[in-house]
Amino acid sequence: MVSTKKDPVLAVLCLSGGNDFMNTVIPYNNPLYRDYRPSLAISEDQLLPINNELALHPAMQPLMKYWEEGKLAIILGIGYPNPSLSHFRAMDIWATCEPDELGLIGWLGSVIQEVDPKAENVLTGVNFGRGLPRAMAKEGVPVASVGDLSTYGLLTDIEENDQRNQALDLFGRMYAPAIGRGAVTDYIRRTGVEAMAGADILGTAPGKYTSTVEYGNSDVGRYLRDMVQVHNAEFGTRALFTSAPYNIFDTHANQAVGHSNLLLDISSNVDCFMADLREQNISDNVTLFFYSEFGRRAMDNGSGTDHGTGGVAFAVGEHVKGGIYGEYPGLEMHELEEGGNLLHNVDFRQAYATLLENWMGLDSKPIIGGTWEKLDFM
Amino acid sequence: MADQDIALMAHLLRRAGFGASRDEIERRAAQGYDNVVEELLDHGSEPGIDEDLMYRAYPSYFDKGAIETGQTEWVYRMINNKYQLQEKMSLFWHTIFCSGDNKVDNARTTSIQIDKFRAMGMGNFRDLLMMLSTDPAMLYYLDNIESHKTAVNENYGRELLELFSMGVGKDGDFNYTEDDVKACARAFTGWNLKPTIPVFPYGRTPFEFRFDPADHDYGEKTFLGETGNWDGGDIVDIICKQSATARFISRKLYDFFVADEPPVPAWRQSAPKDPEAVAALEKAYFDSGYDIKEMLRVLFTSDFFKSEASYYAKVKSPADVVIGTLRMVGEHTTPQPGLFFVAMEPKYMGMDLLNPPTVEGWHMGAEWINSGTLIDRINFAAGLLGDTDLPGVQSIVSRLMDRSDTLSPDGFVDGCLEYVGPLTVAEETRWELVSHVAQGGQLGHGTESERQDFTRRAGEMLQMIATTSEFQFG
Repeated sequence: MVSTKKDPVLAVLCLSGGNDFMNTVIPYNNPLYRDYRPSLAISEDQLLPINNELALHPAMQPLMKYWEEGKLAIILGIGYPNPSLSHFRAMDIWATCEPDELGLIGWLGSVIQEVDPKAENVLTGVNFGRGLPRAMAKEGVPVASVGDLSTYGLLTDIEENDQRNQALDLFGRMYAPAIGRGAVTDYIRRTGVEAMAGADILGTAPGKYTSTVEYGNSDVGRYLRDMVQVHNAEFGTRALFTSAPYNIFDTHANQAVGHSNLLLDISSNVDCFMADLREQNISDNVTLFFYSEFGRRAMDNGSGTDHGTGGVAFAVGEHVKGGIYGEYPGLEMHELEEGGNLLHNVDFRQAYATLLENWMGLDSKPIIGGTWEKLDFM
Repeated sequence: MADQDIALMAHLLRRAGFGASRDEIERRAAQGYDNVVEELLDHGSEPGIDEDLMYRAYPSYFDKGAIETGQTEWVYRMINNKYQLQEKMSLFWHTIFCSGDNKVDNARTTSIQIDKFRAMGMGNFRDLLMMLSTDPAMLYYLDNIESHKTAVNENYGRELLELFSMGVGKDGDFNYTEDDVKACARAFTGWNLKPTIPVFPYGRTPFEFRFDPADHDYGEKTFLGETGNWDGGDIVDIICKQSATARFISRKLYDFFVADEPPVPAWRQSAPKDPEAVAALEKAYFDSGYDIKEMLRVLFTSDFFKSEASYYAKVKSPADVVIGTLRMVGEHTTPQPGLFFVAMEPKYMGMDLLNPPTVEGWHMGAEWINSGTLIDRINFAAGLLGDTDLPGVQSIVSRLMDRSDTLSPDGFVDGCLEYVGPLTVAEETRWELVSHVAQGGQLGHGTESERQDFTRRAGEMLQMIATTSEFQFG
């Protein structure tokens, strides 16, 4: 296990919609790449080679720095057996580690429970975005979902500060513990007090943070910046989750421009995230893992690509052992999965096991359901 | 009009629909309780909303390409369908007969299932089970299309018994055996889907049911003690005759319309909260030949439903919070911008319509509430009730002014509680609200500036009421 001065923190970013693996990590020396991608192949002079076979998409230039520092792990051909080509189902599988039945428990929900079994800290897990993501769902596990850190909290519609503070005081008094109102009312009041405590604490994060880093103007940029602020505020948060806008990587059409912009958005904001952590001097105990629910079809459809299977995931952080993990799936027709998809050769649960055991110091078996061979990226 | 008539009507409209504005509650109360129940039960066959207007404003509802479109259309219908019980019953069946779009991945198909609940939700239970057993979203969701004469898939056969009609057990006993599950699944082999036809450039034709005789197991089956060459229709007939089925549906109706029960897996070991009420519904089930409308008639006219003990005895579902608040304040009663965003709110509160988490559906009651969803529930309702530009809020403010030339803090708080409910809050809560108002001084409305101050403070009070734990119940 990696040792850090402070408790390790896991940040996860989901590239929702199915990121095109073949145009993210490009097998530029394989002639089949250009055969399969008559409309979408990236021209050779723009590529960012990482070895003699593979290159990153040119829009990923901001991540090359971490590659060169040896702090970017690239996990090739990641997936799971009998893959689902449905976004919803595939995202659920990555969130619950249950490929064969509909699971209810999110892996990060279990992580939160493992590190804070009595739910003593309402901020052990924080989601950035609205609603509770499946990855963090587990009964009895409180998770704060922060749509916008600068305005997060109760009664945010009240613009006038004094009035809002008065209203929150009144709320606190009305939710003060009462006896004999019935179990459900007691529960709701307790939850209200917890929610307000969480909001109060989170609300102090922006005030503790100043930075020269300028994130890109996108949801991912905003959420990654909010993550850094929460981490910087030292609330004891150990699991952070966010997602690119829902299904935005679903590039069935006009992929050439669209996918390039998406990769630029992710790469530049991940760069900002790392640079910001370093500027605050708090990068030592953070690892960021980013993935997509599946890759896309080997052959393009003239304008975009359709849903595929094997994909790519990344980990970046001070303690990440940079390099390539897994193998690039074979591109010969007979090596593709039925339907023309790239075969997976690394199970996503291997990546999870690595993060849980070697980074978080947790027993991964109960969280991801079974023992999976770890990778060496941590 | 007596106050208790208004309180009872408000209760009926919250449960048999998604609540109403104060104006509508008073209008309905004047019609008489029993007349309103009949009107709710015997809705017309024409749509309860102006569909032409809806489709003109939102053409994408015709052919729903994404789940969000289906969710938005349904929220619009829940707000505006004048046959409120029809819409509430669609939601009732959706919480039981679960097909999630996370697997079906075809919003049009999942939405068509809801349309059928809307059309048949108050009909005969046998017809409902037959519809369900031939519904493309369900056949796909529970893998019946993968169930073959030579390779039976038991998924649908099992859930039909366990979650859709009988439940695992009652009164401590099991309702069926594993052999019954197998026989049931065999009877539904060959119940699958026609291939869809691409109609370029308009996508594909909708999925349709097809019975494939070559893939059906015609062999003899013993199901719940009866032996014959049963097919799915025979199985449904046998299911409908069972006392377990009467119990299951009665308890589900009680849970949804009267007071929260524990989740279904606990029903074998735990008795109903109100055994007499459930027995009355079971009797109506058999007396009427499985007619859901007759069961609802018994329910809504019963003393157990009308009892004050049933008022606010249920934790509101996210749909109740969102639609109930919108109807109270009179927002989105015609097509207007922003509908999409309010239609996503139930999802943020844990109820992703058209996409229940598993075939077991949502765990309801207190399980709707956690620290994340509570913030969303409070902020949503408080945001709308504090907006004194909205017609429902304006109506409440003018009623408050009509009460007296000058209101005491007590009278002001009591008036606000009356018009958002009537809602009763704990004495300590009421005392806090009254003290808060008292700090602000007199509540007159003689001059324009007094009226403005009065309106602002009314909005603030309604907002604070929306934050109370009592407001989480419906």
